[in-house]
Amino acid sequence: MYFFSYLAAFLLIKDVRKATKTTNLYLKWGNFINVSSWVIVALFLITKRYLGNGFDEIAGAAVLLGVVYYVQNEPDFAKLKPVISLHYPLIVITLVYGILQVFSKDGDVAWEEYIQFAVLAAFVWIFGRAATFKKQQKEVEQINEKNVELETMVAQRTAEITQQKEALEQTVQELKATQAQLIQQEKLASLGELTAGIAHEIQNPLNFVNNFSEVSMELIDEMNEELAKGDAEEAAAIAEDIKQNLEKIRHHGKRADGIVKGMLQHSRASTGQKEPADVNVLADEYLRLAYHGLRAKDKMFNAELITNLDAALPKVNIIPQDVGRVLLNLFTNAFYATMQKKKLSGNDYKPTVSVNTRKHEGEVVITVRDNGTGIPEDVKDKIMQPFFTTKPTGEGTGLGLSLSYDIIVKGHGGKINVDTAEGEFTEFTISLPL
Amino acid sequence: MKILVVDDEADVQPLFQQRFRKEIRNGDISFDFALSGEQALSYLEERHSEVVLILSDINMPGMSGLELLSRIRHDYNAPPPPVVMMITAYGDDENYQQAMQSGANDFLTKPLDFNLLKEKLKTLAE
Repeated sequence: MYFFSYLAAFLLIKDVRKATKTTNLYLKWGNFINVSSWVIVALFLITKRYLGNGFDEIAGAAVLLGVVYYVQNEPDFAKLKPVISLHYPLIVITLVYGILQVFSKDGDVAWEEYIQFAVLAAFVWIFGRAATFKKQQKEVEQINEKNVELETMVAQRTAEITQQKEALEQTVQELKATQAQLIQQEKLASLGELTAGIAHEIQNPLNFVNNFSEVSMELIDEMNEELAKGDAEEAAAIAEDIKQNLEKIRHHGKRADGIVKGMLQHSRASTGQKEPADVNVLADEYLRLAYHGLRAKDKMFNAELITNLDAALPKVNIIPQDVGRVLLNLFTNAFYATMQKKKLSGNDYKPTVSVNTRKHEGEVVITVRDNGTGIPEDVKDKIMQPFFTTKPTGEGTGLGLSLSYDIIVKGHGGKINVDTAEGEFTEFTISLPL
Repeated sequence: MKILVVDDEADVQPLFQQRFRKEIRNGDISFDFALSGEQALSYLEERHSEVVLILSDINMPGMSGLELLSRIRHDYNAPPPPVVMMITAYGDDENYQQAMQSGANDFLTKPLDFNLLKEKLKTLAE
């Protein structure tokens, strides 16, 4: 029965060959494997020719054990380990069979048949199990392949998502930059609206400065004439006039000065510094600037300006530039609304814009009211949204009220409310905490 | 000669009074002032026969100078019609055309050239 041991050894070497053939290990082991196959065949022939009486069986078991031992201890063939252990029963049984033959008498048949049957069974068992094992291995390989496939897919998707994330981040950055630009543009646009108003507002006091200084020069000549004539009384009266004129020059000079300062303050980036400020002055100043700014665009436009400012109003801790922008914005909107209504209603309509200030329960309340077109109900909820505008393209940025909201609510912890009736009036109320 | 000056800037009043100091003292010219178109109309209601010349600013809150002009031409144009000169800081063509069409006799721009105004008044008095 040693034939089966040799066959098993031969087939095991074949398996090793098969397992290594498709890998780089074949370069290392290829020759050795081929040679050892032939060595097995040669050993088999030698055994057959020269050995007998049980020693042939022992030799077969030894050869198989040698091959098994070698394969098991060689790290390169680690893959075959589960198959190798299947050979032990065959080795043991063949060895037992050989030893029994060595020590037995001839013709003792009874146990020999059982042992031969056991050798066969052990041999068949090897290849039966090996087949199952190979099948399992194949399945594992398939699963592994699928895993690799899945991993590739996951990696691909991850790469795609990462790319998308980066693109989105880039877009967010661009949007932020655009937003900053738009806010700057809105600021410049409101400054543009101011320019004409500022020019007019500066021109007026400058005219007075020029006129009063000119007339004062004339008066001094006259005063000298009177003095020469000896009319001291008249000279004194003229001197009084001159003094009044100088007072007026100073007054109008200061007026122009204030306007220029206000303009600079508006164009300057907000310092973000809160300081006690007189809301009445801001309201009055920006109402006039907005009015003249609009009139520079439409010279026929006229409106009645009503200021109802509480003289006892305490100073409020605010960022004056920012609150000034809000007021300018509300006034510009108010005038725009009355202008639109004037276009619709004709000459009987009297455009009126009023501003009120008062103190109410720890707050300073500023009310800006116009008798213009009002805000339609369906639009009312959207007016504070960025980029919402009812003006024709190019006329409004849609940022005015949204920025106003941010300045009052987020910047100052105040409130901004609107009350309106379509075709009747609009009234914005700003409350600033004291 | 009675002149009504309509301007929303109150400081226009001492300016005119001082510029025409001699004329006022000699009794050649006397001034009255109105701070708005509405005030000017209520003044004219009582004393339109006295007024020879009206100098009005165009850009005033409330009733504009041009509206006032049309009202004057409509309500107080009985002969001899008052001379109306319009004054504006915006001396552009559009404003000028509008003023002349509404019946202005003359159109002056701010800052007022008082010497020019005096010349015009002289020819008017003759």
